[in-house]
Amino acid sequence: MNADRLGNTQRPLLVEGLTAAALIVAPLVLPYFGAAPDTVNRILVWGMLGIGFDILFGYTGLLSFGQSALYGTGGMVAAYLLTQAGFPHVVTALLIGMVVAAVVGYLVGLIALRRTGIYFAMITVAIAEVFFFIEFNPLAHWTGGENGLPGVPAPTLHLGFTTLKFNAGWTLYPFLAFFYFVGIVIALRIVRSPVGAIFRAIRENPLRAAAVGHSVHAYKLCAFVVAAAYAGLAGGLLGVMQGFMPPDAFMFDTSGQLVMQTAIGGIGTLFGPLLGASVWLFLQDFLQDTLKLGATWKLVLGVIFVLLVFFLRHGLIGGIRDLHALATGKKRAPAEPKEEPAASGETAEEAQRAALASAGPAVYATLASHRAARSFSGPILQTTGLSKHYGGIAANVDIEFSVNPGEVRGIIGPNGAGKTTFFKMLTCEVPPSSGTITFEGRDITGMSVTDVCQLGLTKSYQVNQLFNRLTVRENLTIAALAELRGKFRLDMLRSLWKIPGLRDQVEHTLELVNLTQRPDTAVSELAYGEKRRLEVGLALASSPSLLLLDEPLAGMSPRERVETVKLLKSISRGRTMIIIDHDMASLFELAERVTVLQEGRVLVEGTPDEIKSNAQVQEAYLGGVQEAA
Amino acid sequence: MVTWSNFLSQLFNGLALGALLALISSGLTIIYGTLGVLNLAHGAMFMLGGYAGYVAYERSGSFVVAVIAGTLFLLVVGVLMERVIIRRFYKRPPEDQLLVTFGLSICFVELVRYFFSSLSKTVPAPAVFSGITNLGFMFYPTYRLAVVGIVALALVVLFLVLYKTRLGLIVRAGIEDSVMVDSLGINVDRVFMLVFGIGAMAAGFAGIVNAPVVSLAPDMGEAILVQTFVVVVIGGVGSFPGAVLGGLIAGEIISITSMFNPGYAYVMLFAAMTLVLMVRPHGLLGVRGRE
Repeated sequence: MNADRLGNTQRPLLVEGLTAAALIVAPLVLPYFGAAPDTVNRILVWGMLGIGFDILFGYTGLLSFGQSALYGTGGMVAAYLLTQAGFPHVVTALLIGMVVAAVVGYLVGLIALRRTGIYFAMITVAIAEVFFFIEFNPLAHWTGGENGLPGVPAPTLHLGFTTLKFNAGWTLYPFLAFFYFVGIVIALRIVRSPVGAIFRAIRENPLRAAAVGHSVHAYKLCAFVVAAAYAGLAGGLLGVMQGFMPPDAFMFDTSGQLVMQTAIGGIGTLFGPLLGASVWLFLQDFLQDTLKLGATWKLVLGVIFVLLVFFLRHGLIGGIRDLHALATGKKRAPAEPKEEPAASGETAEEAQRAALASAGPAVYATLASHRAARSFSGPILQTTGLSKHYGGIAANVDIEFSVNPGEVRGIIGPNGAGKTTFFKMLTCEVPPSSGTITFEGRDITGMSVTDVCQLGLTKSYQVNQLFNRLTVRENLTIAALAELRGKFRLDMLRSLWKIPGLRDQVEHTLELVNLTQRPDTAVSELAYGEKRRLEVGLALASSPSLLLLDEPLAGMSPRERVETVKLLKSISRGRTMIIIDHDMASLFELAERVTVLQEGRVLVEGTPDEIKSNAQVQEAYLGGVQEAA
Repeated sequence: MVTWSNFLSQLFNGLALGALLALISSGLTIIYGTLGVLNLAHGAMFMLGGYAGYVAYERSGSFVVAVIAGTLFLLVVGVLMERVIIRRFYKRPPEDQLLVTFGLSICFVELVRYFFSSLSKTVPAPAVFSGITNLGFMFYPTYRLAVVGIVALALVVLFLVLYKTRLGLIVRAGIEDSVMVDSLGINVDRVFMLVFGIGAMAAGFAGIVNAPVVSLAPDMGEAILVQTFVVVVIGGVGSFPGAVLGGLIAGEIISITSMFNPGYAYVMLFAAMTLVLMVRPHGLLGVRGRE
């Protein structure tokens, strides 16, 4: 399940096939183990609810306690249609319930997603509680209040020659299993689609996902709606299964149980909730009936859950995966230092040179040409009177700055000169207090980071901002997707690698930053220098026409610096770049012109030679840090 | 039928509930602000305070003993919980913190259910505050008046601790910038333990003080937890004044709506929260960047 995260699998449809087989075999095998059909059906409904929740929590990183609200909504709508409104067709009613839940999910998501993290969790708790009360009181006339809605009919299927009736128990099982199967197939497509890849990026690092040009809010809302749709359908199935729509579907406990089951089974696996529900319901029966523990079963489950969160971070599926890896000795080969720069300098350099040569002009053609059609004249970037005040402190004052297309500009200045603030304003991470920024002839002042990146201006960060649990290739894919698909697109059912040009762009970027040897290594296992290169690669993969580099050489060993400078030189061909760094020698080698900032103002600007010999600069800056040069 | 005196008494109910929510929310918000952990077991701690007080009252027959016992018991629970469990979660993702505190809340609730069953328990109000007081314009249960006073006193004490002591200074500094506090050489470990203890204590104190007003049940903390969250979202995370203001607003909304139709209390509360999120996303007295 791990290898095909981006749909890059050699065995397509393997998971789907296994799921179908398991669902078909289950009713033949499970009775021998004493499983009651009602329990199995219940597990399927929980599993269905869990698929959506896992996409929301496991994939997108949004822990919601509000799923009960949407579960109940979908269930009540379907049950109301079937029992009160005299709606004849069960499946249609279920689908209407699902759609209503998705619409409600959209509205609720608009509120809950106004905030992130802890706030989001708190708001969803409140939402769950509010829906419970709404169902109970204001809407009691339609929902039956505390009595729920009894008399939900069993689904029937007219085949012309015969009529299938899915009553209860094992006769109902095929009906639920079919929905679960369709649910899983769609979910697998979603997580293997570009949207699924971006969900994971948001989970790992929402800030960077926005900075490479994805509309994070829209994608979060999308995950929320998908989860709501699954919840709504599961709610409808609950009513059908019991022949009665219970009001306690709305209870906060439902959300809580779902969260716990998913964590027990394993998050980010789609099947975790099903496994978790199996464990939960089995233990409940076992503790209550076999051990005669009565109401204490929930205490035991609570303790088990706490221990699990403590020791088995990725739930049972994660535990099984680790055990499997341990048993087969395939514990991910410990980060092979294939191209340790310090160890085998010669070969590494040669490899890099070869890579660059082979990538050559073709890369630049694909990477830098796509936005060339835009017509503007004069500087690619210009700021006028740009200032930033933090309270009484002026970080930047009246900066007049312009860069011509194709130029490589260096920015130097002592610590606290306002370099990073200046960059943050250029990429629209912080709004300026006054002044304007013009990029390719267009005023970008006050735009969002995402929009600016979509226009072709992006930055590599001073402190690495990577998607840590994703591989190198996945990281670059995320960035390339933003450029190829725009900031938001709902191609949820499309296979990732069917996007034209994606593979090429990712491979080219890999070559460009010299990471071709380790594309499938997780970021967390990379060496520092490699992470730095990937950081630059993330900015490059979105094919910017103007690339800002915030201290690309920071923290590198002398050898790594030499290599990175070489790398930056090769990147700079056919591209406009602005580089901040403290390494004077490297910067003077790279840049055609250098701007010196001091105390938030432009001190002087000129060619590296002019800067080196400028008395003001020497006094203000170089005097103290000669050893750096 | 809404009469003038009915309205006034609901206004007082709102004040009593609001003060209570303010105290519980303060505990939640200083724990979150300082430690960065949202304690989903906070509602269960409120419930534990009530039950600990109930046990002490059954043994001693004294309400004062009950209040002291309930409060101290929660101090111990909070300190132990931080030492044994929460401490190991500071470096783990926030979702794990939510999961583990959620799991603990279930354990607390079920543990109480195991020992005391689901049947509700009551603690009578102390004799001094029993009966009804004539306020001139209306009659009002004396103990409920007393609750407002007692809780207000507790809030003042909490305020003094936060704003006039060395510990409070560190806590407030930690809310603004915990990395900085850490690097100033302050023993953060001990501070964290104390803060968690104090936060838990606030919930426990509220639990036992409120016990004579409502009856105790193992799952009583859930509703309080939800209300507390709304208070914190309205007031702003990490803000003590925000918790007090948010608490009073929430208390009045619940009480006044209940006068017309109790079923809409939560709807109105939620509407108020939504309004605040629209107009001031960081809460009425919150500061950007505290989450």
